[in-house]
Amino acid sequence: MITFINWLVEPLKYEFMMRGMIAAILVGIVCAIVGTYVVLRGMAFFGDALAHTILPGIAIGYLITGGARDTLFWWALGTAIIAALGIGAISKQAEIKEDTAIGIIFAGMFALGIALISTVRSYAVDLSHFLFGDVLGVSTQSLWLIIIFGAIVLLTIAAFYKEFLTLSFDPILAATLRLPVNLLNNLLLGLIAVTVAVSLQTVGVALMVAMLVTPAATAYLLTQRLPVMMALAAFFAGMAGVIGLYLSYYLSIASGAAIVLTATVFFMLAFLWKRMKRI
Amino acid sequence: MYPHISHQKDKPILDVRGVSVRYNGRVALDDINFHLHVGERVAVVGPNGAGKSTLFKVVSGVLPSNAGVVTVSGSEPTVHSCIAYIPQRSQVDWNFPVSVADVVMMGRSAKLGPFNWPRKRDWDFVNQALKTVEIGDLSNRQISQLSGGQQQRMFIARALAQEAELMLMDEPLTGLDTPAQEGLLDLLDTLREQKVTVMVATHDLEQAAKHFDRIMLLNKKIVAFGEAAVVLHSDNLLHAYGGRFRTVEGKSGLLTVDDSCCDEGEHDHIH
Ligand SMILES: Nc1ncnc2c1ncn2[C@@H]1O[C@H](COP(=O)(O)OP(=O)(O)OP(=O)(O)O)[C@@H](O)[C@H]1O
Ligand SMILES: [Mg+2]
Repeated sequence: MITFINWLVEPLKYEFMMRGMIAAILVGIVCAIVGTYVVLRGMAFFGDALAHTILPGIAIGYLITGGARDTLFWWALGTAIIAALGIGAISKQAEIKEDTAIGIIFAGMFALGIALISTVRSYAVDLSHFLFGDVLGVSTQSLWLIIIFGAIVLLTIAAFYKEFLTLSFDPILAATLRLPVNLLNNLLLGLIAVTVAVSLQTVGVALMVAMLVTPAATAYLLTQRLPVMMALAAFFAGMAGVIGLYLSYYLSIASGAAIVLTATVFFMLAFLWKRMKRI
Repeated sequence: MYPHISHQKDKPILDVRGVSVRYNGRVALDDINFHLHVGERVAVVGPNGAGKSTLFKVVSGVLPSNAGVVTVSGSEPTVHSCIAYIPQRSQVDWNFPVSVADVVMMGRSAKLGPFNWPRKRDWDFVNQALKTVEIGDLSNRQISQLSGGQQQRMFIARALAQEAELMLMDEPLTGLDTPAQEGLLDLLDTLREQKVTVMVATHDLEQAAKHFDRIMLLNKKIVAFGEAAVVLHSDNLLHAYGGRFRTVEGKSGLLTVDDSCCDEGEHDHIH
């Protein structure tokens, strides 16, 4: 018992572990709750595309500031919002199918980001942090940004809970009730964008979609009520953050990958449990 | 508050003038003209692709028309929150994680206004609506666990919670067994007392004749509109359904149409 407690406490002696732990839990919760809408509205591909599309913005920030991490958040945030509204507008046009259009833009922007970053000589480490996250490198200032913007996202979702629910379940009802449908749709895209910026340091652009989708999908297997789904998703995501970081510490695995793998194991367990229950 | 406008009592609840709709240049509705009085119930019949769903979307103000005007109690539909569009069941995600009461409460989102959460009064409203449609005991059920008839009743309850005065029901009878259909039609008759105006898209001419004040025979244009005895005339039916129909002498002595109807297949195009 004592040894187990020691095992748990030991990593927390380090301040960077402590900060990383808090960041992973907060980011997990925000991603999971926003992810509930991503899953219910079938926006997983959009989320993945959005995360990749912000890379050139991060790259420009990286080139201009010479790699200062704290300012990168703002570059990520700005690019994410522009990209979200841009992709939202593109998906409304009729010439090319929506997923094709998104695919073209997302791959192109991602390539542009990599090209820009690769102009710096020793770029490999920084690039891998952008792609896969670096939660143990979260500074106190970055942690505050995560707290503030995470809170903004959660409060907005609470404030527009019934509007988002109505719009997601039945857009025509939302329109006949004369809810501001376009505004709400763009607001939701904006929230996903902020979430992407907030999560950048934890899981990186390449693994982001897992945080948006996996915990919410796990919860969706286990409940048929939206508030419960949100709570469960937040719980699974927070747990994935904690367990993932311990795995990362003791087994020396990349932190972002460890978190995502833990979330994936939760999903598989829930999936098996549901299968067994049915038999 | 979200917009809500008071009604001009002397105006017809619904007035449609010269309305045409095209999708990418293809005509779906062509020069539609008609009006309805408060409390009327109208069946809209016509073959697949006749424009029934399109008409309902234009009337409810969610789809702009290419020409013509729709007015609801004297003003354009987009300022009213009293128009309920009840979707075809095939258009609904029945695995959405909500209960029956949650769905009915959605009908009150506009009345609640931004930032407000439902209060006791709103839950009372929801429970009353569920009682009216006789599924008061199902309020906590997940929506996927309802029968087809119960699903339709839930949407009617949602329209009541919305305090709808014009209800547009898109093929509510399709896919229900006969007792469920009869139950639903009886329920519509009881709504008559609440002065709700109802338009129902249906494929069943016999039920249309039996339960509705007027029948609109639609095929891009209004082929005929009036009482059943006049509208369900074989010339009109031939005009609306073309070669795809065969008349059968119905139980009530009316013609019944056996068109190639079904609700599968063609629906991926809707919104
Ligand atoms: N969003 C859309 N985009 C393009 N064409 C459409 C769209 N919605 C409907 N249409 C076309 O408009 C015509 C009328 O369709 P509508 O759905 O209104 O018919 P309907 O009478 O409701 O048919 P059904 O009995 O099959 O439900 C059809 O030819 C249909 O293919
Ligand atoms: Mg239809």
